[in-house]
Amino acid sequence: MAQAREQDLRPWYLLSPALAAIALLVVVPMSFILVYSFYENIDLGLDRPAFQFGNWHELLTDSYYHVAIWKTLRLSVIVTVLAALMGYVPAYFIAFTRFHHKWLLLLLLIIPFWISFIIRTLSWIHIMGNEGVINALLLWLGVIDQPLHMMYNEFAVVVGFIHVFLPYMILNVYVSLEGIDRNLEPAARTLGCTPWQAFLEVTLPLSLPGLAAGCLLVFVLTAGSYVTPLILGGPDDFLFGNLIYDAVMSELNWPMGATLSFTLLVLLGLVVVVYSRFMRLNQLTKAFG
Amino acid sequence: MRAWSWIRAYSVAVYLFMFAPVAVVLLLAFNSSQFSGFPIEGFSLRWFRRLFENEAIMRAFETSITLGLLTSVCATTLGILASLALVRYRFPGKDWITTLLISPVLVPETVLAVGLLIFLRYLSMPRSFLLLLLGHSIIALPFVVLVVQARLVGIRRDYEEAARSLGAGPFETFLQITLPLLLPAVFAGALFAFTISFDNITATIFWRPAGVETVPTQIFGMLRNSVSPEINALGFVMIVVTVGLPLTAGGLARYFARRRQ
Repeated sequence: MAQAREQDLRPWYLLSPALAAIALLVVVPMSFILVYSFYENIDLGLDRPAFQFGNWHELLTDSYYHVAIWKTLRLSVIVTVLAALMGYVPAYFIAFTRFHHKWLLLLLLIIPFWISFIIRTLSWIHIMGNEGVINALLLWLGVIDQPLHMMYNEFAVVVGFIHVFLPYMILNVYVSLEGIDRNLEPAARTLGCTPWQAFLEVTLPLSLPGLAAGCLLVFVLTAGSYVTPLILGGPDDFLFGNLIYDAVMSELNWPMGATLSFTLLVLLGLVVVVYSRFMRLNQLTKAFG
Repeated sequence: MRAWSWIRAYSVAVYLFMFAPVAVVLLLAFNSSQFSGFPIEGFSLRWFRRLFENEAIMRAFETSITLGLLTSVCATTLGILASLALVRYRFPGKDWITTLLISPVLVPETVLAVGLLIFLRYLSMPRSFLLLLLGHSIIALPFVVLVVQARLVGIRRDYEEAARSLGAGPFETFLQITLPLLLPAVFAGALFAFTISFDNITATIFWRPAGVETVPTQIFGMLRNSVSPEINALGFVMIVVTVGLPLTAGGLARYFARRRQ
């Protein structure tokens, strides 16, 4: 009896390397971000340990930072909504098609994850740039005689984000559509629903967990990035992540970089917390099953 | 079914949106024009030749591949051990541990990168290749855990119990029974970790030591001026490697599985 009650330590041995790595490389550094946000920046790359609220004061009072937060929020919402609108229909199609080679459609959804992010992003320069497909075609057709300027603006950034994050959305929605009982929609139909009603009242509500998981992923991934605006955006198209990049990499202002990083962590953490109040976090992991 | 044909057309359009830009890169890689964009002047392999003569890019390739392989070894080792614990044992606080293992995904990569750098700064250590390796491993770990866990659930414990009852020791059982059954999961996890590392740019820009470039950061640097045609050729090579490799591996695995039956 005594032996049975004694805890089995084997799982902890197996877990310890991974947990140690996470503690050392994630948990501890996150607390250092908080500590550093109270440090004082003296000069380029030079700071002094202190406990003062100068960085936080600057963040809360300087409208430059507020604009960046607002821009990030707005852009992330736009990207998320458009990705949901674009992604739901193909997910529905894959889930309910009678096409024999459904695996092919699913494989095509996975392949974008294997293609380099930076190549996929810069490929839009070949589509919308001055020497891109659209301009070349319109010039050749004689519709225009000067290339249209479609690049290096917010539109290009939004398109770039959607292009990269759309597979996450489709995959998550697909997983939850796939789990729906196939008899439910016909049942609704025999009870007198139109196909559209059956979709709105049966299928759509049941697929909401997947849609929500997709939206959360797209929102958080967009709000946390800084590379896409640097490649596809103009000088005014910066996100909160770009401020962090500038503070740390250009101005070498580590305390401010820490303050901004902690802010981004808390803001996006709040989004995750709100989400987990309504949905279970493990919905996110289902797409990998 | 008019609605259904609308849905189909819409889906085809979305798939086109996902793949047309990539197809354009693949196409432009063979353009002989000295500019990277349209119009296409003719077929040529000159940009591939230029690519292989470009020492900076070749060095970046070497760095990326070394880093990717080492990352996949580290992340897969940690990930397999952790997944075994999660799937095979019952213990208190399991949900909490799972969340912790997934946590590197929930932290924005930019924040993760800055956090690790600040920690390093506190320790007065310079950026190094080791930082890139540890950082990439921690970014890949959650994905490895998710993929491996999904595969592990499918392995029945009966085989191990049978081996044990036939007199095999725990270590022998692991080597002879568990590991061979585990191999597809190991392989899938390792491949995933490699692609994550090979593709990473967000954190790599922060972590790389001065003078070290991976392929994505090299491309990023080259983009500062303009899109050179070499980038298209580089894109072609990268796509062939990162898409061709898993597809071939998966295809071969299927082929052999079918022959065995």
